[in-house]
Amino acid sequence: MTILNVLILVCILYVVFLFAVAFAADRAALRGRGSWLRSPYIYTLSLSIYCTAWTFYGAVGFAARSGLEFVTIYLGPTLIMIGWWWTLRKMVRVGRSQRITSIADLISSRYGKSNLLAVIVTVLAVIGTTPYIALQLQSVTLSFAAFAETDPTATTLPDMQSTALWVAGGLALFTILFGTRNLDANERHHGVVMAIALEAVVKLFALLAVGIFVVWGLSGGVAATLDRIDASAIARFEVSGSRWVGLTMLSAAAFLCLPRMFQVMVVENEDEDHLRTAAWAFPTYLMLMSLFVVPIAAVGLELMPGGANPDLFVLTLPLMDGRDGLAILSFLGGFSSATSMVIVAAIALSTMVSNHVVMPLWLHFSGGAAMVSGDVRHVALLARRLSIAGVVLLGYVYFRLSGGGTALAAIGLIAFAGVAQFMPALMGGLFWRGATRTGALAGLIVGAVVWIYCLFLPSFGPSVVLPQVVFDEGLFGLHWLRPRALFGTEGMDPVVHAVLWSLLLNTSAFVLGSLLSFPQPVERLQGAQFVNVFDHSGTPGGWTGGMAQSEDLLIMAQRIMGATEAQALFAEAARRQGLAGYLPEPSPSFLQELERELSGSVGAATAHAMISQIVGGAAVSVEDLMAVADETAQIMEYSSQLEAKSQELARTARQLRQANEKLTQLSVQKDGFLSQISHELRTPMTSIRAFSEILRDTGDLTPEEQSKYASVIHDEAVRLTRLLDDLLDLSVLENGQVVLHVQTGSLADLLDRAERAAGVQGGTLRVMRDRTAEAVALTTDLDRLVQVFINLIANARKYCDGQPPILTIRTAVIDGELVIDFTDNGSGIAPAQQAVIFEKFSRIGQHKAGGAGLGLAICREIMARLGGAVSYLPGQKGAAFRVTLPLSARMAAQ
Amino acid sequence: MSAERGPLFLARRTYRMRRLSDAARMLPVAGAVLFAVPLLWETDGVRTTRAMFYIFGLWIVLAGIAGVISARLRPTESEEDSKGPQER
Repeated sequence: MTILNVLILVCILYVVFLFAVAFAADRAALRGRGSWLRSPYIYTLSLSIYCTAWTFYGAVGFAARSGLEFVTIYLGPTLIMIGWWWTLRKMVRVGRSQRITSIADLISSRYGKSNLLAVIVTVLAVIGTTPYIALQLQSVTLSFAAFAETDPTATTLPDMQSTALWVAGGLALFTILFGTRNLDANERHHGVVMAIALEAVVKLFALLAVGIFVVWGLSGGVAATLDRIDASAIARFEVSGSRWVGLTMLSAAAFLCLPRMFQVMVVENEDEDHLRTAAWAFPTYLMLMSLFVVPIAAVGLELMPGGANPDLFVLTLPLMDGRDGLAILSFLGGFSSATSMVIVAAIALSTMVSNHVVMPLWLHFSGGAAMVSGDVRHVALLARRLSIAGVVLLGYVYFRLSGGGTALAAIGLIAFAGVAQFMPALMGGLFWRGATRTGALAGLIVGAVVWIYCLFLPSFGPSVVLPQVVFDEGLFGLHWLRPRALFGTEGMDPVVHAVLWSLLLNTSAFVLGSLLSFPQPVERLQGAQFVNVFDHSGTPGGWTGGMAQSEDLLIMAQRIMGATEAQALFAEAARRQGLAGYLPEPSPSFLQELERELSGSVGAATAHAMISQIVGGAAVSVEDLMAVADETAQIMEYSSQLEAKSQELARTARQLRQANEKLTQLSVQKDGFLSQISHELRTPMTSIRAFSEILRDTGDLTPEEQSKYASVIHDEAVRLTRLLDDLLDLSVLENGQVVLHVQTGSLADLLDRAERAAGVQGGTLRVMRDRTAEAVALTTDLDRLVQVFINLIANARKYCDGQPPILTIRTAVIDGELVIDFTDNGSGIAPAQQAVIFEKFSRIGQHKAGGAGLGLAICREIMARLGGAVSYLPGQKGAAFRVTLPLSARMAAQ
Repeated sequence: MSAERGPLFLARRTYRMRRLSDAARMLPVAGAVLFAVPLLWETDGVRTTRAMFYIFGLWIVLAGIAGVISARLRPTESEEDSKGPQER
């Protein structure tokens, strides 16, 4: 059996073993028995996919070419890891709370769920990762070929292309089998993680074994090895400062931004606390991985023939010494490095491609009609499987096209620089609330263009993609646009040059774009959620303790529903589940029921958010917040309606109060009126009684006396009758029961009648009239109008104290109304009394006996019935009353 | 973001926690500076082996410190990440 056949057999057994482990882990996780799967050490080991075949084999080659500089590739991740409290913790928390599925998802969801951003990130990630996958395929085929070369019995070298095809096919199969079992990216790929953790152990073990073999087996101890290093070509520490610092920063950025690293670090993270362990364990792992690199390189350079590929020293040194077992172990290490990288990268990229490219397109073209959930699920799974196959195929095609040449060797750093373009948008999104979608778009596009132009395209060599003239003269002959000397920065290392310019311009565009643009509402919400993630999300930790959750739920429910109701609900649910006490298992059905109950109190969105915060660990998503905002808006609307209602109530109450006051006033008035009436009636009755008693009881009365007393009695009776007439009249007028007898007559005639009736003739009062102005025909209830005139003239006759008393009656038409002023030359009415003269029983100057004080009240009522008014006119020489009558009455008469 | 300021002085335990998280943030900065120290050495007189001892030694020390800090570090009641570098 030749070594090549053994190798193939071991390889197949190893792959079968990996399948078995992945399968067992998936099964265990499914049955909930896999608590050991959630160990922080598994998490740490899974991070080791950072160490690909490029680092497993390439680190030694790197060290053989430029000494200790290779270590920068590990220093960057080490710094990131020990600084986990700053960045990684936040990334993981955001990833968990926002249910992030990939780095494209993170960036797009931070910037308002912009799919355009996600597509750009996805495309850039695919461009950066495809050559990297090709590199893994190449390393496997190269190492395979290295075995074949040493095998004397092998007559023909195995075809490199077919080896690569077999490897690619196997990897695609494995990834599809274990990477697309469940759709929800938040449900972790236990099988895959377990397999890559195992591979991490294998590659570390293999490299350490080779290292120990080289140091103690080949060199003869530590001191001898150190001497060999001192004697080798890499004895001097000659590192350019810019490359040292630049590569360290680059590897740090890539560690955070590489899609596959994001996958294992954030998406597959079970528990934030795992970072605690990874913080020291992963740097230690990296340190061990690089510990023997320089010795292997130095010894290899010394022992191997001049033309040997330093990239394969890890493999060829044991082979040269005839240690086939060790060589196979070393091969398995490299194989593990390559396969784990391809598997995780394919999962990460397929998630991105299917979620951000295929699914939106499918939904767009299917018109969103086929929105049956099972249907979408099926399409998503298919898309993801096809994407995995596509990504691996793309890597294989790239490998075929590039022919496995030397161009691939440098691709690791180039890929790092490509994904590092996510850095400004990623970090800005996590730490700067002012970062906007426009800024992120600008930064990503500028960075990607500079990277492609300065590093990616030139990496194919002159005249392959970019013609030589561009290298020499710059794009469009612009000298400052030379891809290796942008803006005249000549003599720099190409990688450092490209990283410097791309990240500088990327960051500038990002910051400028963010400063100058205004974010959308969703963006601002997401920005706050991301940057202040520790304020919003609950404490981290695995969601394992069912009873603890139930207790939290009960506490929350008690707060909202009240203790008795909540306890009754929980106890009932527990009884249905066959449990005693108050704490049921938080089963989906129970949670649904609880959510329904709670939503009755606080609204559906809030209830959902509250429960998911306790149970799901997923913080409130934007949709939840929007719904909460909607509900809040509704509540605010309700409350504003309530406010309007209460204002209306207040208004009504005020009106009622006013009505009540009026009623009270009326009642007081009525009381006053009644007492006035009694008083008015009593005075004449007293005289009548007194004089009738005299007439009855006194025998010797002269006829004159008898006649005098009888006339007094008669006068008082007349007065009483008049009073009663007036009262009746007033009551009729006030009740609106009066019937108007509409007639037509001249105003002058009416005034003549009134003058006569008021007894002006023969009195002292002189009446001044303008008879020409009085030639107005009126159509109204003339008798009533005359009654008013009589009253006014009689008042003047009775009360005017002018010497001699003169009453002036003026007639005019003002503003379409007939206005008749009755003005005397007396002392007038005091302002305080002007307000009350139209009230019942109000008399001016009590000492002058006269009417009952009903005259003006009756006048007012009559004028109101006639559609006019009578009012006191202040500011005249004496007392002045103005009677107004609408002209329509007169017009109608004409 | 000074809308909600915590108390000016804290209990001893919380104070310790804050300083510990300060240390956790300082560690990568210190690491970056220390890892760059070999660049300042004489360029033509440094042997790779010496640099190796320095770098790998530093590596172990950093991992050890990170282990100690991480094991003790617990998120405090009010996260100060979003509140900026206030002196407390």
